[in-house]
Amino acid sequence: MASAPTSKYNSHSLENESIKRTSRDGVNRDVGETLPRLPGEIRITDKEVIYICPFNGPIKGRVYITNYRLYLRSLETDSALILDVPLGVISRIEKMGGATSRGENSYGLDITCKDLRNLRFALKQEGHSRRDMFEILTRYAFPLAHSLPIFAFLNEEKFNVDGWTVYNPVEEYRRQGLPNHHWRITFINKCYKLCDTYPALLVVPYRASDEDLRRVATFRSRNRIPVLSWIHPENKTVIVRCSQPLVGMSGKRNKEDERYLDVIRETNRQVNKLTIYDARPNVNAVANKATGGGYESDDVYHNAELFFLDIHNIHVMRESLKKVKDIVYPNVEESHWLSSLESTHWLEHIKLVLTGAIQVADRVSSGKSSVVVHCSDGWDRTAQLTSLAMLMLDSFYRSIEGFEILVQKEWISFGHKFASRIGHGDKNHADADRSPIFLQFIDCVWQMSKQFPTAFEFNERFLITILDHLYSCRFGTFLYNCESAREKQKVTERTVSLWSLINSNKDKFKNPFYTKEINRVLYPVASMRHLELWVNYYIRWNPRIKQQQPNPVEQRYMELLALRDEYIKRLDELQLANSAKLSDPSASPSSPSQMMPHVQTHF
Amino acid sequence: MGGAPAASAGGRCERPPLLPRVAATQGGGMLGKGVVGGGGGTKAPKPSFVSYVRPEEIHTNEKEATEKEVTLHLLPGEQLLCEANTVLKCVQEDSCQRGIYGRLVCTDFKIAFLGDDESALDNDETQFKNKVIGENDITLHCVDQIYGVFDEKKKTLFGQLKKYPEKLVIHCKDLRVFHFCLRYTKEEEVKRIVSGIIHHTQAPKLLKRLFLFSYATAARNSPATDPKKHAVMFDTLQDWCRELERTKGNMKYKAVSVNEGYKVCERLPAYFVVPAPLLEEDIEFFQGRGIPIWCWSCHNGCALLKMSALPKEQDDSMSQIQKNFSDRIYRTVHRPPYETAKTEDLSSNFLSLQEIQMAYSKFKQLFLIDNSTEFWDTDIKWFSLLESSSWLDIIRRCLKKAVEIIECLEAQNMNVLLLEDNASDLCCLVSSLAQVMMDPHCRTVFGFQSLVQKEWVMGGHCFLDRCNHLRQSDKEEVPVFLLFLDCVWQLVHQHPPAFEFTETYLTVLSDSLYIPIFSTFFFNSPHQKDMNVGKESQDSQSRPLNLLTVWDWSVQFEPKAQTLLTNPLYVEKPKLEKVQRKGTHFKHQRQLSLPLTQSKSSPKRGFFREETDHLIKNLLGKRISKLINSSEELQDGFREFYDGWHSRPPSYQGLLLPHLEGPEIKVWAQRYLRWIPEAQILGGGGVATMSKLLEMIEEVQRLQEKIEARHHSQEALQAEAASPPRTSGRLSSLFPFALLQRHSSKPVLPTSGWKALGDEDDLAKREDEFVDLGDV
Repeated sequence: MASAPTSKYNSHSLENESIKRTSRDGVNRDVGETLPRLPGEIRITDKEVIYICPFNGPIKGRVYITNYRLYLRSLETDSALILDVPLGVISRIEKMGGATSRGENSYGLDITCKDLRNLRFALKQEGHSRRDMFEILTRYAFPLAHSLPIFAFLNEEKFNVDGWTVYNPVEEYRRQGLPNHHWRITFINKCYKLCDTYPALLVVPYRASDEDLRRVATFRSRNRIPVLSWIHPENKTVIVRCSQPLVGMSGKRNKEDERYLDVIRETNRQVNKLTIYDARPNVNAVANKATGGGYESDDVYHNAELFFLDIHNIHVMRESLKKVKDIVYPNVEESHWLSSLESTHWLEHIKLVLTGAIQVADRVSSGKSSVVVHCSDGWDRTAQLTSLAMLMLDSFYRSIEGFEILVQKEWISFGHKFASRIGHGDKNHADADRSPIFLQFIDCVWQMSKQFPTAFEFNERFLITILDHLYSCRFGTFLYNCESAREKQKVTERTVSLWSLINSNKDKFKNPFYTKEINRVLYPVASMRHLELWVNYYIRWNPRIKQQQPNPVEQRYMELLALRDEYIKRLDELQLANSAKLSDPSASPSSPSQMMPHVQTHF
Repeated sequence: MGGAPAASAGGRCERPPLLPRVAATQGGGMLGKGVVGGGGGTKAPKPSFVSYVRPEEIHTNEKEATEKEVTLHLLPGEQLLCEANTVLKCVQEDSCQRGIYGRLVCTDFKIAFLGDDESALDNDETQFKNKVIGENDITLHCVDQIYGVFDEKKKTLFGQLKKYPEKLVIHCKDLRVFHFCLRYTKEEEVKRIVSGIIHHTQAPKLLKRLFLFSYATAARNSPATDPKKHAVMFDTLQDWCRELERTKGNMKYKAVSVNEGYKVCERLPAYFVVPAPLLEEDIEFFQGRGIPIWCWSCHNGCALLKMSALPKEQDDSMSQIQKNFSDRIYRTVHRPPYETAKTEDLSSNFLSLQEIQMAYSKFKQLFLIDNSTEFWDTDIKWFSLLESSSWLDIIRRCLKKAVEIIECLEAQNMNVLLLEDNASDLCCLVSSLAQVMMDPHCRTVFGFQSLVQKEWVMGGHCFLDRCNHLRQSDKEEVPVFLLFLDCVWQLVHQHPPAFEFTETYLTVLSDSLYIPIFSTFFFNSPHQKDMNVGKESQDSQSRPLNLLTVWDWSVQFEPKAQTLLTNPLYVEKPKLEKVQRKGTHFKHQRQLSLPLTQSKSSPKRGFFREETDHLIKNLLGKRISKLINSSEELQDGFREFYDGWHSRPPSYQGLLLPHLEGPEIKVWAQRYLRWIPEAQILGGGGVATMSKLLEMIEEVQRLQEKIEARHHSQEALQAEAASPPRTSGRLSSLFPFALLQRHSSKPVLPTSGWKALGDEDDLAKREDEFVDLGDV
C-alpha cells in the first residue's frame, strides 16, 4: 500500500524560495520546525484549526499568522498540505456559524482571496480562538484601517540586483530615439503641478510650448494631456495617450487642444489624418458628456478620424471576473463548461482589448498614421491598449527587462490606480473602485505568449509571479495610485522592487524557446477559436485540473539543450586533445557512445 | 469501360512517368487560366468577390499562359468523365478575395481543379505533399455537400437540375470548402460538369463500381508491399494466437477457426478468440451472437470482451432457451469467486448512434466556413455553438466510459463484457479506447494500426455504411471512427510523450477514410472484402486482387513527409537486449499499468463527501442517506481511481488516463481549423516550439556525428566547415496543412464584435469613477 498522494497540495503556494525549500526537502514534517520567514517578518500567533479543503475535505492543521502571511501546515500524518498565503491577498474575512451551530466544522472563518479562492477554517467554539484569529487577521490583512504600515515597508529582504533601477524614463526614451526633431522631453510636470497622476517626465511635440501644454491640460480630464508613449523606429509614427476631452453637454471647444492634436499629426507627414481610438463603447462616450467628458467630434477635429473600440468599463470587468470565479472555484463546471465560460464574458472582453490593441498597432505599423488613445481618464483601458500595442510592435518589450520597463512605464508611472483597483491593505472589499484591469492585461499577454510561444523571453511563471505580488504587498512595485504619491512615500527608498526578486533569479522566469526577432510585429489572432481561459492561473487551486508541469516539449528541449552543451564541450576537449596528440593518433579518448547520456529522442 | 488508359507498367500508386497527360487548354481557344484580382499582392478593396476581368480580356495573355501547361494526373485505372474550362476558383485570403482560372474536371476517382500554379509551392507545402490527392483534388467520397449559388443565394444541389448555378460550392468531409465560379464557363460545359459532379458524388453506387476495384485491376501487376510490415492484420489464426500470447491471455482464452470460410456467420472474422471453456457448437448456436468475443487481456488476467445481442424473441419457450444459453455462456467469464464479470450494455444506457450523427453534423458546420464574415459572426457565440453541438461532450462521455471500464478491469479485477446489438460500433470505440489507455503497445504506430485492424476492420465495423461511401443511406452515416480518432487526439494532446504518432498522423488517417485506393475503410466486414476481391468467389479465373492497405504510408507520403507522422517527444519503452527479452517479458507485461496502489484512503477524503454529508445530515435524515451512499459507491470507486491516477506523475509507458474536466476537452484544431485562413497564427502555435525542438534535435545529431567523425578520421577535421544551424521560416500554427499561406503580415481583425451585455447593462453604463468632471 502506497501512502496517500502527498505533494499535490503544496505546489500551489505562492512563489517563494524559502518555502519551496522547506516543503520540498521533507524536513517540514517535524512539527516544531520553523515557518518560513522573510527578513522583517514577525510571527504573531498560531492556532490549531481544521482547514476545510474544498477538494480533499477537512484537514487538521496548525495555522501561523505573521505580519506578512498566513501559513498552515497539516497535522495529519498522511497529508503534507501546506498553505502559504500572503495576507495582502485577502479581500474579505467573514465569520461563519454562530454559537448555536451544530454541524461539524461549521464554526469558523471564511476568507475570500483576491486570487480567486476561498479559505475556510473551522475552529473550536470555546476559548475565543475564532475571535482572536479574526481580529489578528483583520489587523494585519487590512493595515490601512488600523494605521499600520503595509508589509512592503517592513520587508528587509536584500537582493543582489536593485529592481528600482530597471526603469529610467530618460534612458527608455533615448532607446526609442527621443528626443528628436519633432518630440522633446519636458520637465514641466516635475513637481506634478501640471498633472498629479502623470509622471514627472513627459514627451511632447517639439512645437508645443509649455504654455500650450497648460492650456491643453484644462481641456483634458484630470489634466491628462496627450503625451507620447511610443515612436515607430522607422516611419516615426507615434502612439500618444491621454484622457477624454472635456466637451460636455454643450459641446465645448478648446482651440489649444485642437491645435495640439494637429501638431501631433504634423509630426508625421505620411498620411494627413490623425487616428484617435476611444477605447469606450460609443454609447458610453456619449453618456460621458453628461458628466463633462466626451470625445473628439470630427466637425471640430477636422484632421482626425475617431474610432470606438467598445471596451467596457471597470465595473463590467469586475463582475465578469466574479463570474469566472463562480464557474471555476471550488468546482469546475463540467457538463456546461463552454456555455458557462461564455456567460462570464471574460474572454469576450479579452478579445475586445486585444482587437483594440491590434488595431492601434496596425494603424501605426502599416497604416503609417499616428494614433491617439484614450478612454475616460486614460489610466485603465488606455494603459491596456498602449502597452499591448507596444508589446506587439516592439520586440524589446518581449524580453524580461523590457516587459518590466513596459509595466513600469505605461502602468505604474502613468498612474494606473493600483491602490484603488487592488485595494492594498484596505478592508472595503466591496469598493466599486476595485477592478481586475491589470490582471486582464496580463491575461492578454498570456494569450499572446500562448499564440507565439517563441516570441517572449519570459515564461508563464513570470506572469503568475507578477500577479501574485500584485496582491502580496511584499514589494513596493504596485503600491499607490501614481508616481507623485509614491514619491511622497519614498517608496523606492523604503521598499524592495518586485523586479529585484525576478532579476536576481532570472533563469527561473525564462522561456527556453525564446527566439529574439527584432522588428517582428506580433499580431495575435483575437478569435474565440484561439482564446482560452488561463487554466494555470484561474484554476490553479484545483488539484484535478493541473497542467503538466513542466510541459513535455519544454522538458525535452531542456534535455536537448543540456546534451548540446555537453557535446560542444566534448568537441572542444577533443580539439584540445587532438592538437596535443597530433603525433600520436592511436591514443583516442573513450568512445563517444559512453559519453552520451540517454535521451528519449530517437534519431 | 471505354478507352481507359491502360495500366502503366510502373503501376505504383505514385504518379508513374507513363501516366497519360491531358493538356489543360482545349476547345475554341478558350483559355484555362489567368489570375484575377489581387495581382501583385495588392489587396482588393471589397470584401465580396467581383471579377473585373471578362474572358475576352484573358485572351490577351494567352501566349504567356499556354507556356505553363497544366496536366491532369490520372491514377492507374482512373478515367476522365467530364470537364469544364475557364472555371474560376475563388481563393479567400486575408480579407481580400482572389481567383484563379483553370479547368475543373471530374473523374471516376476525384474532382480536380487544374489552375495556374501561379506561385511556386511553399516549402512546407511541398514538404507535406500528398502523392495521391493534390491540393485541389477532392475524391468523390470526400464530397460532403454541394451547393449552387443562384443570384447570391446558396442552395443545396441534388438530382436533376433545371437551372444551373453561377457558382459551385463544395463542402468536403475533410472540411475544405471550394468555391468555383462558373460565370465565364460555356453553358454546355457548366451543365456537363455540374450534373456530372452531382451524379458521381451523390447517386447511389454499387460496391463493385468503387474506384478501389478499377484501381486494383489496373495496378494488378504491381508489387504490393507486405501489409504485415505495417500492422498485424488479424486475418490469420496465428495473428490472434500471438496477440493472446502478447497479452498473456492464452491461459483462459483460445483462438478458434470455426468461422473459416464464414461458415458460421458473415459478421465475424474468419478467426477470433473466445473463452477457453466455450464449445464450438455454442458459437454456431446463434450464429456467433451471444458469445463473448475476446478483445484484450489485462496484466492481472482480466479480459475485455464484447458480445452481440441475441435476437429478440417473442416466443416464451424460445426466450427460455435463450436465457439458459446466456446463463451458461456467461459462466465462462463469470465464475465467482475465481473470476467475476461485469456487463456493460452500450446500446441501452450509453450513447446512441443518432446522437453521434446529430452532434457531428452540427459540429462540422462550425468549420465549414464560406467567408470571413461568417467566421467572425460565429466567433462571438463560439463557445455556446460548440456546446450546443455536444460533440465535445460526447467525446468526454466516451473517454469517461473507457475510464470506467478500466477501473473495473484494473481496480476491481473484473472481466468486462461490452454488449451491443451488433458489437461493431460503440464496442469498437470503447474497447479500442480502453486499450489505447491501458496498453502502451497501442500507442506505437505499429500497435495502433494493429489495434484498428483488430477492433475495427476485423471487428466488422461497417465502414462502408458509416462513411456512406456508396451513398445508399444517409441515415447510416455516423462518424464513429472519427469520434474514436478525436478521443485519441484528446489523449495525444494531453499526454504527448506517450504516443509514437503525432496529431498529424491522426489527421491524415481521418482523411484517408475517403481515399478509395485503400481497402481498409471500404468494406463493412472482412467477409464482404473477401467476397469482393475474389478470395472466396469460385468464378474468378484470375488470382485475387491485391488491395492496398492504408497503413503503408509511403503510398501517400514521401519519407520526408512521413517524418511528420512520428512524434519526437515519444518516450520509448527502454529497449531490452535480445538475450534478456525472454526472461523479462513477464515483468514488462506487469509494467503495462501502474502498480495497483489501491490507496483506500479514509472515507472523509472521498469525492464530494463533504458536500453530500452536509446535505444529508441537514436535510434528508439518516434513512435516505443510506440510499444515497449505496448508489454513490460506484461513482466513488471511479472518482478515487481517477483522482488517484491524476495525483501521481504520469507514466507514459503505463496506464494512461485522460483529464475529463470541462476545460480539458478541446477542439482538435489541426483537423478542424486547418483550412480557415482567419484561424491561422503565422509563426505561432505549438508548431513554433515543436520546430525549435526539431532544430535542436538536428543540431544535437550533427554534433554527435562530428564527435564520431573525429574519432574515426582525424584528418577530416580541418576540412569540415561549420554548417550554420538550420532555421526554419515562420510556419503557420496549422502546419503542415495550412493550404492558404497568408503572404502579408496584416492582422486578422474581427469584423463584428461588440454586443450588448444584457444583464450587465446598468453596470456598463456606469462611469468608471464617481467624480464629476467639472462644469457641464
